[in-house]
Amino acid sequence: MNARATVLPVLTVLGMILALWYAAAVWMNATWVFDQAERAGATVTWAEVIPQTMSQDRPLLPPPHQVAAELWQGLFGQAITSKRSLVYHAYVTFKGTMMGFGLGIAFGVLLAMAIIRFRVMDMSVMPWAIISQTIPIVALAPMIITLSSQLGLQGRDLPKAIIAAYLSFFPVLVSMVKGLRSPDQMQLDLLRTYGAGEAATFLKLRLPASMPYFFASLKVAVAASLVGTIVGELPTGAIEGLGARMLIGSQFGEPLIMWASLFAAAILAGLLILVVGFLERAARKRMGVPA
Amino acid sequence: MKDTASLSQPVIEAKGVDLVFQTADGPVQALKDVNLVINRGDFVSFIGPSGCGKTTFLRAIAALEHPTSGTLTVNGMSPDEARRKRAYGYVFQAAGLYPWRTIAGNIRLPLEIMGFSKAEQEERTERVLELVELKGFGKKFPWQLSGGMQQRASIARALAFDADILLMDEPFGALDEIVRDRLNEEVLKLWARTGKTIGFVTHSIPEAVYLSTKIVVMSPRPGRITDVIDSPLPKERPLDIRDSREFIEIAHRVREGLRAGHHED
Repeated sequence: MNARATVLPVLTVLGMILALWYAAAVWMNATWVFDQAERAGATVTWAEVIPQTMSQDRPLLPPPHQVAAELWQGLFGQAITSKRSLVYHAYVTFKGTMMGFGLGIAFGVLLAMAIIRFRVMDMSVMPWAIISQTIPIVALAPMIITLSSQLGLQGRDLPKAIIAAYLSFFPVLVSMVKGLRSPDQMQLDLLRTYGAGEAATFLKLRLPASMPYFFASLKVAVAASLVGTIVGELPTGAIEGLGARMLIGSQFGEPLIMWASLFAAAILAGLLILVVGFLERAARKRMGVPA
Repeated sequence: MKDTASLSQPVIEAKGVDLVFQTADGPVQALKDVNLVINRGDFVSFIGPSGCGKTTFLRAIAALEHPTSGTLTVNGMSPDEARRKRAYGYVFQAAGLYPWRTIAGNIRLPLEIMGFSKAEQEERTERVLELVELKGFGKKFPWQLSGGMQQRASIARALAFDADILLMDEPFGALDEIVRDRLNEEVLKLWARTGKTIGFVTHSIPEAVYLSTKIVVMSPRPGRITDVIDSPLPKERPLDIRDSREFIEIAHRVREGLRAGHHED
């Protein structure tokens, strides 16, 4: 598909979202304007209300341009080492996401290998892996953080990574089990006629055959890892990371900070998925998939 | 006496081979009392309707299935031992090339597993690519080749490690008639040049008669041999030999054998 054909629909949808957002902002923020006017004993017309819903300090729903300004200020308005810089907080979240992502991949792949190899693992581990994903992570995250500090672990990096890995290992596990099992009987027989052992079968056939499944799962896993990291930053005590920033914004009644952090997280997620997509394309090219 | 013995060395010997599969619907007799001797340099075709055990017998030779009773030897050893000594190359109905490897990479696969040196891998790959007339295609990926070329590559892969016995399970079954004719010619040339013993499963009568020195006719339920025909056709076989009187006579005998097997149902 050419670029023009994709840009137009995307822009149309974006335009509709912005229009809806502005309408909602007017509607939600108007309440405050009317309250203020009533207290002052004055009456206001809609023509007067609308401009006032666009520039409040603490709007119920900040309109897009306010969020954009706050985001711009957070990203480029100060030194990136500043505690008020969103770049700094995004970096903290990014670091946690990557650690959790790596941990999740390693755990997911190893578990998939064990499940493929040992039938008893297939029957015993898989149900638990599925059950693990039904537990809400917001309930689990504070426990993991408390536990790790009880164990004398300094800082939040490790518990955050564990929470992120808890979410991101699952898609990798499911895909890898499917991928490692994807070679058909004929391909396995072929290797048997060469007298190939288990290690050779794994390295030459199962592992390369699973790669398309692996990369498909990475996009889901990296997004899950980011969500996990942000949730790991929410429990009280955290002062760094986009999750902490969102919580501060909501607790101190600074919706602009909250929304700006939210969008920073969205941008980070977009970038991560872009990078994973790029890696996937590079790997596919190396593995001879037609462009 | 001594002369004939050296001329016809038995490579594969089956004596009273039975093979029973245990399935959910009870036991299925895939092979019943199969007796057959295949000599060095023979081109043997196995022909018969589906379920006659032709593929099962070929797989048993390659130690992919194991007879429930009787004896089956390859080069005087059990099929499992023969496999460890790299006695056979196996060609399946589908080329089964790894899409993530180039053609040369696919041919290197058995060589890598068997631990050949890098230099020897290169040398052998080049040689077998030439043998199947795919010289210059080594760097292509499988999807860039036609079905016939892919199957040639899979034959090259089976030839790469110099097995004496080449087992082919309906290798051209999925290809169109014209490509199939051409590949049949090439297989004969290959056989003449390498002197390998070839076991070839097919359900095409012309293909079996055209290729073989020995045609084994099989019939189903239970899978068994109903006729073994030693072909009087010369080793040199142009495609138009298929119009010769001898060819038609053998084809007729094969057809009769297949029909006889069916009548017993």
